[in-house]
Amino acid sequence: MYEGVIQHLIDELGRLPGVGPKGAQRIAFHLLATDPDDVRRLAAALIEMTERVRFCKTCGNVAEAEQCRICLDTRRDPAVLCVVEEPKDIAAVEKIREFRGRYHVLGGAISPIDGIGPDDLRVRELMARLADGAVTELILATDPNLEGEATATYIARLVKPMGIRVTRPASGLPVGGDLEYADEVTLGRAFEGRRLLDV
Amino acid sequence: MHLTRLALTDFRSYTEADVPLKPGVTIFSGPNGEGKTNLVEAVGYAATMASHRAAQDAPLIRKGADQAIIRAAISTGVHDALVEIELNAGRANRVRLNRTPLTRPRDVLGVLRTVLFAPEDLALVKGDPGERRRFLDDLLVAMAPRYAAVRADYDRVVKQRTALLKSAGPKGGPKGNRQSREAVTATLDVWDAHLARAGAELLVAREHLVNSLRPHVERSYTAVAGGDRGPAAIAYRRSFGSPVDNFAATHGERVRAAARALREALLEVRASELDRGVCLAGPHRDELELSVRDLPARGYASHGESWSMALALRLASFDLLRAGREDPVLILDDVFAELDEGRRDRLAALVAAAEQVLVTAAVPDDIPRLLAGVHFKVSAGTLTEVPGAP
Repeated sequence: MYEGVIQHLIDELGRLPGVGPKGAQRIAFHLLATDPDDVRRLAAALIEMTERVRFCKTCGNVAEAEQCRICLDTRRDPAVLCVVEEPKDIAAVEKIREFRGRYHVLGGAISPIDGIGPDDLRVRELMARLADGAVTELILATDPNLEGEATATYIARLVKPMGIRVTRPASGLPVGGDLEYADEVTLGRAFEGRRLLDV
Repeated sequence: MHLTRLALTDFRSYTEADVPLKPGVTIFSGPNGEGKTNLVEAVGYAATMASHRAAQDAPLIRKGADQAIIRAAISTGVHDALVEIELNAGRANRVRLNRTPLTRPRDVLGVLRTVLFAPEDLALVKGDPGERRRFLDDLLVAMAPRYAAVRADYDRVVKQRTALLKSAGPKGGPKGNRQSREAVTATLDVWDAHLARAGAELLVAREHLVNSLRPHVERSYTAVAGGDRGPAAIAYRRSFGSPVDNFAATHGERVRAAARALREALLEVRASELDRGVCLAGPHRDELELSVRDLPARGYASHGESWSMALALRLASFDLLRAGREDPVLILDDVFAELDEGRRDRLAALVAAAEQVLVTAAVPDDIPRLLAGVHFKVSAGTLTEVPGAP
């Protein structure tokens, strides 16, 4: 334990995801040794974030206005909607640079253990968005774990009567990897979803 | 396969231990509480990544230390392997195979295979159904390590689904959230599908395993109990009434048929599941039925018969695990003291030919003469080799 202020900082840092008590201590002492101007810039960035960043009223992505940049972009294809769990997943899909549709952020996945049901996610907002018939394909890009799969199945069932094409990204082997390093679950999925080689 | 060396650091009562081992019989004797079982427990841990005595890892780390290390050198005749396990208090354990760290500790499963007989085995016969399910699942993982993932997936689905069912009850879910039955039912379908898929795979694998075990159990029981005692039988009983589809030809078809049956069963019990807040159908409620002379072993079998049944189950596992492959390492932890002389001698005769047998006993005289070999005396965590035959 340290004296007052420094321990207070360590405690606060320790609450961040991926930072343990040792890491918190290391960051605190690093900040202590850093140029005060740099620390002030960091503090300003944190405050600016809390004051300016909001969530897009349409898709739930982080935004600095009422709507996020992707929802405002008229060149985006309004017929394809990609559903993800978190805003950071949008950044991941955007890296493909080929997806030109729009997004919908659920804010998590169904997990009864954590007390999260469909009502705690932005599912109702999603259904409202789909109601006008503009969307013809829904890509369910939730995480490929049990909770993500359950969430995808749940949404697919809700959407089914609307006649919208519902797809899910394929699971399988990482590109550039070796077959022998794939674990049995991934390899099993990859075999399940094997496709005809077009030659 | 056999162990050529077992080295421990801060494991249970051992600050440091280094035991050279050879094929054949090795006996560890000494008074109770001196550390015999700790040695074989470490061997079992290197094989299964779990202790046969403790549910958590914390008791395995010597008091005052923050990590324990198990090193097991294995020889299969074709190649050698070194398994190193670092048990950390409050942190993830680390595993190295041939000095290379493994990113997923469960990849070490199958490198060392053991069959362990212990006084706790009596619970296989007299204990709750959970003991027998664990026996089947552990054996399944030892036969095909990929079932470790199937089992973990299934456990997680059951946990999630149970939490959901509870949230419809008067007390609410684990986070105290309450939901209407309608809201719960809306997502229950989704969890039913996942439970059926994961459950069917586990279920069909267990049924197949029980079918393969059956002849071995029948034979081992007669061999251990002696004479015309018996017959002993085992059967797998599903927790939901559905005939086993014997006509399903392939493994895949059987799994799909079981998944369909399980889903239907879940729909049938849904109302009572919502009332009680528990998952009522699925492999987590199935039973491995054991019977002796056509009567259920639990409740009807005598103490001696129960022991014969427990030994028969372990011996049958050993038979299955060695079929077409190298022998697993056989461990007899303090079992001879529990048996009468006839059973002792017959058990000894059955295991004497195994590639490697590790035996612990408080009194060396309890061990039948047939199991002669290297003999270590264990006292206060130190080992001394006893020259000559025990």
